[in-house]
Parts: sequence; structure tokens; C-alpha cells
Amino acid sequence: MSSTLNNYAGGNAPSDTKSVVLVGVGGQGILLASTVLAHAAMESGYDVKTNEIHGMAQRGGSVLAQVRFGTKVYSPIVPKGGASIIASLEKIEIFRYRDYLDPMGWAIVSNQEIVPVTASSGQTPYPELGKADFAKFFPRLIYLNAVETAKELGNPKTVNSIVLGAVSQKLDFETQAWEKAFRSSVKPKFFDINMKAFFLGRQMN
Amino acid sequence: MKKLLSGNEAIARGAWEAKVNVATGYPGTPSTEILENISKFYKDDVYCEWAPNEKVAFEVAVGAAFTGARAMTTMKHVGLNVAADPLMTFAYIGTVGGFVAVVADDPGMNSSQNEQDTRQMARFAKVPVIEPADSEEARVFMRMAFEISEKYQTPVILRSTTTVSHSRGIVKLDEQVELDRKISFQKAPSRFVPVPAWARPMRVRLEKRLEELQEEASISSLNELEWKDRSLGIITSGAASQYVREVFPDASILKLGWSYPFPDRLLHEFAYGVEEVLVVEELDDFIEEHVKALGIHCIGKKLAGGNLVPRIGELNINIMREVRDKLDQRMGSSSVAYSSPDQIPLPIPGETSVSGSVPPVLSDSDMAKPVVKKEAMPAVPPMDSAVELPVLPPRPPVLCPGCPHRGLFFALGRLDVVVAGDIGCYSLGVSPPLNRIDTILCMGGGISVAHGMACAKNDKKVVGIVGDSTFFHSGMTGLLDIIYNKGCSTIIVLDNRTTAMTGHQDNPGTGKTITGQATKATDIAEVGRALGIEHVVEVLPRHIKETVAVLKEAIASDEPWLIVSKTPCPLADKISLGLPLRVNQEKCRHCGLCLKLGCPGIEKEHDQIHVNTLLCASCKLCQQICPAGAFENAPYNIDLNN
Repeated sequence: MSSTLNNYAGGNAPSDTKSVVLVGVGGQGILLASTVLAHAAMESGYDVKTNEIHGMAQRGGSVLAQVRFGTKVYSPIVPKGGASIIASLEKIEIFRYRDYLDPMGWAIVSNQEIVPVTASSGQTPYPELGKADFAKFFPRLIYLNAVETAKELGNPKTVNSIVLGAVSQKLDFETQAWEKAFRSSVKPKFFDINMKAFFLGRQMN
Repeated sequence: MKKLLSGNEAIARGAWEAKVNVATGYPGTPSTEILENISKFYKDDVYCEWAPNEKVAFEVAVGAAFTGARAMTTMKHVGLNVAADPLMTFAYIGTVGGFVAVVADDPGMNSSQNEQDTRQMARFAKVPVIEPADSEEARVFMRMAFEISEKYQTPVILRSTTTVSHSRGIVKLDEQVELDRKISFQKAPSRFVPVPAWARPMRVRLEKRLEELQEEASISSLNELEWKDRSLGIITSGAASQYVREVFPDASILKLGWSYPFPDRLLHEFAYGVEEVLVVEELDDFIEEHVKALGIHCIGKKLAGGNLVPRIGELNINIMREVRDKLDQRMGSSSVAYSSPDQIPLPIPGETSVSGSVPPVLSDSDMAKPVVKKEAMPAVPPMDSAVELPVLPPRPPVLCPGCPHRGLFFALGRLDVVVAGDIGCYSLGVSPPLNRIDTILCMGGGISVAHGMACAKNDKKVVGIVGDSTFFHSGMTGLLDIIYNKGCSTIIVLDNRTTAMTGHQDNPGTGKTITGQATKATDIAEVGRALGIEHVVEVLPRHIKETVAVLKEAIASDEPWLIVSKTPCPLADKISLGLPLRVNQEKCRHCGLCLKLGCPGIEKEHDQIHVNTLLCASCKLCQQICPAGAFENAPYNIDLNN
């Protein structure tokens, strides 16, 4: 398949396992994004395992989804420091999970702010951060205004596909694999707009 | 004064002497007479009730114990299976007033469908189990069970067996203890609400408590160590200890009245002092397995490949004689407890573990590491470790924008009541700013815990809350208990027409099966009426004023009320309630009342309150409560159904 993965120790050794972590707020479509990503890996011929926090975290809480793929994947859980990519659909959520990221890995941040109830009630203020602040923590950074793009596209809920498009820049899956993945994971009537969003994200930087 | 009492009568007596306030149960041989005796002799001092099942009985007693009252519940061994749900989580939460579950096992299946060993359930639940061997012990152990329970805030299981419960023995009657305490539930959500964030520290405390209990068990008078002939030492418990004492009059005996957490120090001390250890216990090799795990050689269920002490059925004198004969007849030497003194793992007080002095051994990671070829990447500047991480506001799960439960919780916030909650989306009502759940125990437990607090005569009125699916799961029996036992609690069913928390599954109230087929939709209000509730009211929780009015009337009443708070979950049916609202900044007085709704759609940044139009579900609760009328319909044009 692709060069990136084959550069790691080959054969059945699990050491070629690659991990992607997606984070955000319940309701942003993180689980859908991880499903699409997992399917794209599967369509590319890899073994895949995913893990998501279900249940209460769906209700506006912080959400983490993990996708691992490679020749043979054992643990569905990403080790700390083991993610090649961490993508955050909400601006500050990436900080909650930053220790998952490999120091050489990529951080992809959508700058959408969702102020938690704890901040609105005055407990802890929502931190004020700009792109430069993120660059201090994440040397490899893609910083997106995905909400604006989604609104222009006519559907603010396509943020997840835009971010996934940005993620796809750092993976070696063929476009066809992504298309198949979207087709199997998204309702037919939303397929076109999500693909459009994905391709916009695939070109953003 | 001395009296000849059965074990069950003695347990009842011991409970009264310990000044138990609330006693519940469900009949089951051989446990039944305990509660019968309490209701017969002590009904003026003790509130007692038969519940519709052991789970409800357990939960009612838990509710009572939460108020600081002493509470007990009785059942047979298989009944504890039904009550396992509250047992397992109550162990995490811990009690306030003493709590004792009296569980009677039936070795030999005299009147039971199986002979499961309750001690295994105690270990499973990580709660102490104590085992009286006769009636006098039953009385004394019952008193001590309450003390252990209160000292360590743990539920305690008192395990009886058919022989102990139904045998009679001489009991010394004692006075009732002096207890003068206020029955009042003290709100402390992190103490009483095991949502994941708070259950995790509870889990840690549970293990710590077990260690403390183990220490206490090693010095407790409940365990008796009797030195005689040192060639044979027998570890035994409960009724079996009686047979052992009779058949092995010369043997040294360690009788465990407190068998779990295992008194390790005592077990080591005993094994060290005898040449051979024999474990004699009824049913499972519960103690034996642990003794072996401690590294102590012992015999028990097996001897040299053959059977010794039976694991099936009751033990008796004849069986013990057979055991003795087998030991006498065996060839060769006995198996010694410790094969060489070097192996003695006896911990000596004050001396630390020797493991620190072991020379370091090279681990695998110190060996030559295989070179892993990494992807060639451009050099990246290292992360600036001097840069401080931003402080993040916590983001706990919250009720969704548009959630109908929010209106009900906000209405409840107007009333000074204790709220016994349950498992479902509405558990989230515990978080600030709503703060409207005070306890959670288990599925269906909200109703019975509320009733239990009322039974203990809590100083404040108590409201129980369950969801529609939870009501069908195991809430109905709790409601039945309130009717049957003339309770007065107000029960609210948060009926959002779906099993929302788990992802919107259908349930007996939705009118659809798992495959989407139309089916009979059971009506919760009708169920309430059929169970015998006279005051059944349906409210629309998004209408705050009307909801508050109904709640006030119900709580002021001396009779049970069933309030069905009925509005579908907007997420389930993908219903749009309208366009997002917006805050008219000229009208907003910054009073912050709208923030008390805990709605994620209302954000406050830089002292300005605004609506997040991507989140607002247009439920209009904010519009109803805003004193300035600042929430207005916005002119956005967003398709909310996407």
C-alpha cells in the first residue's frame, strides 16, 4: 500500500499500527467521523480497531474517539504519546487529550468554541487562545475555521467531515477508500454535502 | 435474663437491642421469622414492612440508612440475587446509619431451589460478612454488625444458615443501646451520587476500606482462637464450627465469626502455631481457597486426591466423624502448614517488606533494543516546555439543549425537598447549576430510596425520580411498595418517550418493538392507577409555572402522588421546536437567572450572555424565566433538521 506505513517494521508485527484520536464535544459528530475513518482504513486493506466513549459523554460532554489501523491491531486503546494525529472539533478540547499525541504527530484544530456550562456559570472561564498559542504546544498544527466553511456550505453540521478532510491529508488512503467509507457510514441524502465538506477540508491548511 | 430463642428470634432481638429504626424484607425460608418477630414484638419501636421483592426491600432500607437511621433487610440467599443491583453499588456509596442485610443460606436445600453460598456474594460486593454459629451469637453479632457498619460506613451481611436460623439456644437478653440521633439526610452529592466522576473515588475508598476491615477482623472478638493440641488446627465458621468442636474436642480451633475480609494476620498466626491445618466449612471452599492463596498448606474439601469435607449439602456430626476417621486412617505423615520455616510469610509488625533489598535485575527494556525504522520526518522544533498549559473549564456531560427534563429539575429547584434519583439521562440533574439529584443507587432505586427515607421519618419531604424505561425496568415494584405500605412519597416519572441515555431504544411505553413493529404502548399513568395510586397527574415540564404548582400540591400532601412529566426527547424523534432564540442585549439585565438552567445553548463570555445558535433547540424555558424578556426569536434561517 502506502509508503508511510511500510516504513515501519512489517509482517505481522503490531508495530506498524497507526493511531488517530478524534476529540470534541458530544453532538459534534465525532463518532460518525471515527466510523468513516475506520471504514476508510478498512477499505485500504488494514486491520482496524476503534474505541469510543459512549453513554453520558454523548450529552454535551467531552468526547474521545480512537481509531487504530495496521497490518494487525491488538489493543483498541491508543497509548499515551501514541497518536500520529489528534483532531479536535472544538477549540480547547485538544488540550484535554494532548498527551495522546506523539511528539512528532499532527494536531488538527477546528477553532469552534463551545462554552461549557461550567464556564458560563463562572466556575472557570473559557480560555482565550489564538492560533499562535496553539502553535506553541503543537509544532505540527493545522488550524481551521471549519464552522465558517460549513456555514458557507449551508450545513453547520458538516464540521466533522471538514475536519476529517484535514485529517486525510496526513494519511495515505486513496480518495476512493474515503468515498466508499462515506457511502457506507452516511445517510444517502447527506452523502454529497459531506463529501463536499470532506474535500474542502482536504485542501485546507 | 435468659431465654431459649431460635436463631431468627435472636437476630430480631439483637436488631432491637441495636435500636434498629427500619426493618424490611421479603419472605424466604429460612429467613422469614426474623421480620415476623420484629413486627410482632417490636413494632412500636421499629418501622417494618414486607416489600414486593428483595430488591425493593434492600433499597428501602438503604434510603432509611442514608438519613442516619439504623436499617436492616432480611431475605434468603436467592433473594440476594434479586437485590444484587442495590448491594453492589451501595458498597461503593457506603452508609450513614448502620445497615445490615441478614441473608439466610439453605445448605442442603431444605426449602430452596439452589444452595448458593452468600459469602461469595459478600466478597463479590466487597462487603464484610459475619457468621453466627448459634442463637446467642446471632443476637450479639447483630449488635456488632451495626457497629462495624457505622464505624466503616459499610453495609454488612450477616449470613445465617438453616441450622442457625431454626435451632434454638439460650440467649442472654440485653438492654437496648442508647442512641440519640437526628434523622436527617445531609446533602452531599459527591458522597451519595455514584456518577462516573464520583464513583471512581468511591471505588478507591472501597478498596481502602477493605484493608481497614481486614485489620479489624484480625483483632475482632468475632473471631475466636482456641489453642489446644497443636498437631491439628481447624479453621471453621458458622454451624460447622459446632460439629468441629464436638468431634475434635482436642484440636486447636480458629473459629471465624467474621470471615470476610479474611483476617490474614490471624490465619497466619494460627497456621504458624499448628502442625497441620484443616478447614471445615459448609458449602464452598471459601475460606480454604484463601488460606491456600496465603501460601498455607491445608486440607479441607480434599485429602490426597480424595474427598474429605463435602462441599454439597449441610454438614453434621456424622459427616465430621467420617472426616476424622479418614484423617486417622491415612497413611504416612500429615501435611504441615508451612513446609519450612523460611517460607513463613508472617508479617512482623514494624518491619517493612524485604523486597526492597533484592538486587536489581536487568529488565527486558535494559537489553539491546531493536532499531525501529521511523518515517523520515522533517525536523520539528521541540515543544516549548516553559509554556504553561491553559486552564480548561471542566466539560461534564449535561442535559442537552431542549431536554424536557431541564424544566422539571428547574421547577424542583423551587422546592425544599430531598430528591432520590435514578439511572438515566436525568442523572445529569445532579450537576450544577441544577443540583437537583441527591442520591442515586441503582436502576429503579429512586422510588424505593425515597420511600425508605420517608419510612425513617426524614426531617424533609422526599421526592423520587425515575425515567420511563427505568420505571418499566424495576420502578413499578417500588411504586407498588409505596401503595402497599401506605407510603406518602411523591414519585416523578420523567417520561421522554424513549430510553434516551443509551441511545434512544424503544421500551414498553413507546408503542414500538425493537424491529419497529407497532405494539401496545403501556401508559404509565394507567399503571399508577392500576397499582392503586389515587393522585396521578401528567405535566408538561416545559411549562414551568404549571409544573411548579403540581409539585407543590403533591409535596404538601400526606398521600402518595405519581407525577408523569411527559414530553418526548427532541433528539429521539429529531423534532425541531423552532428557530434558535437570541438575547436582546439592550434588555438583558445580567441577572444570570437563565444560567441557572444549565443549558449549553446559553453562553456567557465577557459578561455578556448570548445564545449559541448552533446549539439552541428553542425549548423557550429561558424565555419563560427571564424577568427582562430579553430572549427573542432570532432571524436566522438554519435548517435544524440536518
